[in-house]
Amino acid sequence: MPKRLASSLSDEVLEHVFSFIQSEKDRNVVSAVCKSWYEIERWCRRKIFVGNCYAVSPEMVIRRFPQVRSIELKGKPHFADFNLVPDGWGGYVLPWITEMAGAYPWLDEIRLKRMVVTDESLELIAKSFKDFKVLVLASCEGFSTDGLAAIAASCKNLRELDLRESEVDDSSVHWLSHFPETYTSMVSLNISCLGSGEVSFSALERLVSRCPNLRSLKLNRAVPLDKTANILRLAPQLVEFSACTYSAELRSDVFSNLAGAFSNCKELRSLSGFWDVVPDYLPAIYSVCSRLTSLNLSYATILSPDLIKLVSHCPSLQRLLVLDYIEDSGLEALASNCKDLQELRVFPSDPFDAEPNASLTEQGLVAVSLGCPKLQSVLYFCRRMSNAALVTIAQNRPNLNRFRLCIIEPNTADYLTGEPFDVGFGAIVEHCKDLIRLSLSGLLTDCVFEYIGKYAKKLEMLSVAFAGDSDLGLHHVLSGCESLRKLEIRDCPFGDKALLTNAAKLETMQSLWMSSCSVSFEACKLLSQKMPRLNVEVIDERGPPDSRPENCTVDKLYIYRSVAGPRFDMPPFVWTKDEDLALRLSP
Amino acid sequence: MSSENGKRLLETDAGGLNFEATELTLGLPGEPRVTSDGGAKLGSKRGFSETVDLKLGDNNREVKLGHSLQEAAKSPVSKTQVVGWPPVRGFAKRGKKSCKYVKVAVDGAPYLRKVDLEIYNSYQQLLTSLEDMFSCFTIRNYLNEKKIEQVNGIEYMPTYEDKDGDWMLVGDVPWQMFVESCKRLRLMKSSEAVGLGLTTGPKYSSTN
Repeated sequence: MPKRLASSLSDEVLEHVFSFIQSEKDRNVVSAVCKSWYEIERWCRRKIFVGNCYAVSPEMVIRRFPQVRSIELKGKPHFADFNLVPDGWGGYVLPWITEMAGAYPWLDEIRLKRMVVTDESLELIAKSFKDFKVLVLASCEGFSTDGLAAIAASCKNLRELDLRESEVDDSSVHWLSHFPETYTSMVSLNISCLGSGEVSFSALERLVSRCPNLRSLKLNRAVPLDKTANILRLAPQLVEFSACTYSAELRSDVFSNLAGAFSNCKELRSLSGFWDVVPDYLPAIYSVCSRLTSLNLSYATILSPDLIKLVSHCPSLQRLLVLDYIEDSGLEALASNCKDLQELRVFPSDPFDAEPNASLTEQGLVAVSLGCPKLQSVLYFCRRMSNAALVTIAQNRPNLNRFRLCIIEPNTADYLTGEPFDVGFGAIVEHCKDLIRLSLSGLLTDCVFEYIGKYAKKLEMLSVAFAGDSDLGLHHVLSGCESLRKLEIRDCPFGDKALLTNAAKLETMQSLWMSSCSVSFEACKLLSQKMPRLNVEVIDERGPPDSRPENCTVDKLYIYRSVAGPRFDMPPFVWTKDEDLALRLSP
Repeated sequence: MSSENGKRLLETDAGGLNFEATELTLGLPGEPRVTSDGGAKLGSKRGFSETVDLKLGDNNREVKLGHSLQEAAKSPVSKTQVVGWPPVRGFAKRGKKSCKYVKVAVDGAPYLRKVDLEIYNSYQQLLTSLEDMFSCFTIRNYLNEKKIEQVNGIEYMPTYEDKDGDWMLVGDVPWQMFVESCKRLRLMKSSEAVGLGLTTGPKYSSTN
């Protein structure tokens, strides 16, 4: 009798081999080889990533993977960052925590993004997971310092507490003081989002001084300058630090104390914060600049000359986040000084003003693309652009993998020729063959989507706004982009035809968001009936879509694939096909 | 792939739905999707010449917006009326010293909104923006006693909770003072507000 290949190695050996396979994708491939590998793999999978918390249910995850130690969940769609998703839409983590509390007593890492986290969830985490180590709440909301106090009090082995960009209600409890005196395990603490009332300096100093393994510390903007120096002296081993408010007039004693504190920090590689920084204090950090690989100045209202001085001290910079105050001249300096630069993000200092308040144009980006051979990731806000510049950037930087351009005024054309940017973005997708993320802006016709469908074969995420002429645009993208996972569209003339023609494609993607487009409720219902494994959510606060005339288009549409079926926590302004009405929350 | 082939593909797979009826209508959220009279439809396919009016060779370039966006630009509020554009994250208001996000609740609506009071310069701008957000309702405008065109006959009074926890009528104090002290907003049904004793306080008539 022929021996089956799979039984030639014992389970223990296979499990040991699988333990070297960390990547999710590889693990999924391994589990698809045969039934016995599937069984072995599922018992030893320790780390789960769920890109859309409604794509699967916690029960299903637990049933398949009984011994998970680390979970990452994402909730709301990306456009929630820009207030396009009404409050109350969903993304609640409590059902997940409740199920995992029973099933995964050894869970030690929870990472959440854009989810609603309540104090009840945090308290449940604190009491359910005995060896809890990592809590990352990125862009989350719904909890207060009460919940944080529960975590601080109970999680004896907590290593990482990161609240990046979350919204935390101040319940006035001194939560930091809830870390017991015996607690010494903190490695990474990010509380930069907290308001001024929520951090006690003395508790913070005591905490920092008793945690010798602290590597990353990101404080909030309320910590004054003299406290900053104290804290740095308590933690000279820091690798990442977020500094805070700088006082108005330069005081030489404060300055020298600060400069001295920074000069002790030989391991420091990443700096951020810099709210309200006064340029006169910047030289205090010069001693660490030569080793800095990451600098986030996107909160700093300092102008080009001071920015130029600063970046010229940072030859090892790999990542820079900055406001448009850097101007073209600053970016030219960056291009000549920082040859290791991999990521650049330039944000608008005054996004809502029609007039530019800084001399930042397409020239700055062209300079960086020419001067920085390792540049891979770009996020750039500007007020003018040309196709010629985009073509130059594409030809010089074919290694770009993330390109997000935001020309601030919708429908802005090429300032040199008056043309749409079809050719420019076409060059980007044609030359940058490894492009995985792209955001478009400016005047664009259906042509740009033809280029994207033709060339952007590795593109995973595409963001589109105020672009295109007809359904053909959307059709090009859905039929051409083989690797597309996430598509988010706003204010484009895309409608029923493209959507229904490419219905099957939607099941190969994680999600599609369309707001202020031209999709009818009829089409949504049809799509929903045709594709049972898609959740088609119409988000419309104007009332039942059925009650409006047939040719009325829906306000917002969020379509995502799911094996969990329709969700049970839909608010009244989310409309799905009729059969789901019974599942609606009562108002 | 030629555009012709693409178009044909779309039509044959259409599934027999009446696509003429789903003509594109670009508009801002909350706007009625009707055509404006005397001219191009709001948001209909724009010819290139309609959209851009560049003064080539001029350093101080002005780019005129397309029809649909000209409607937005005419409004008295700053460009922020286009929700979520440009796509900068709300919490991290870069380059600004502070931002003042407050929750807005509307009686009878099960959802909340958030607004950043820092982006407005006057009560008028705030109220106009709120009207856009909650376009199903009318907001009683105390500043000049003018009633905005009613949609469903229910009037709402804008009220707010201040630092001391008291509920006040929006418009009673100077704008800056309001921005500093406002913790949250509530659009209260007029009938309820009368019952709570929130009568028309001293009318705020001086300029900001």
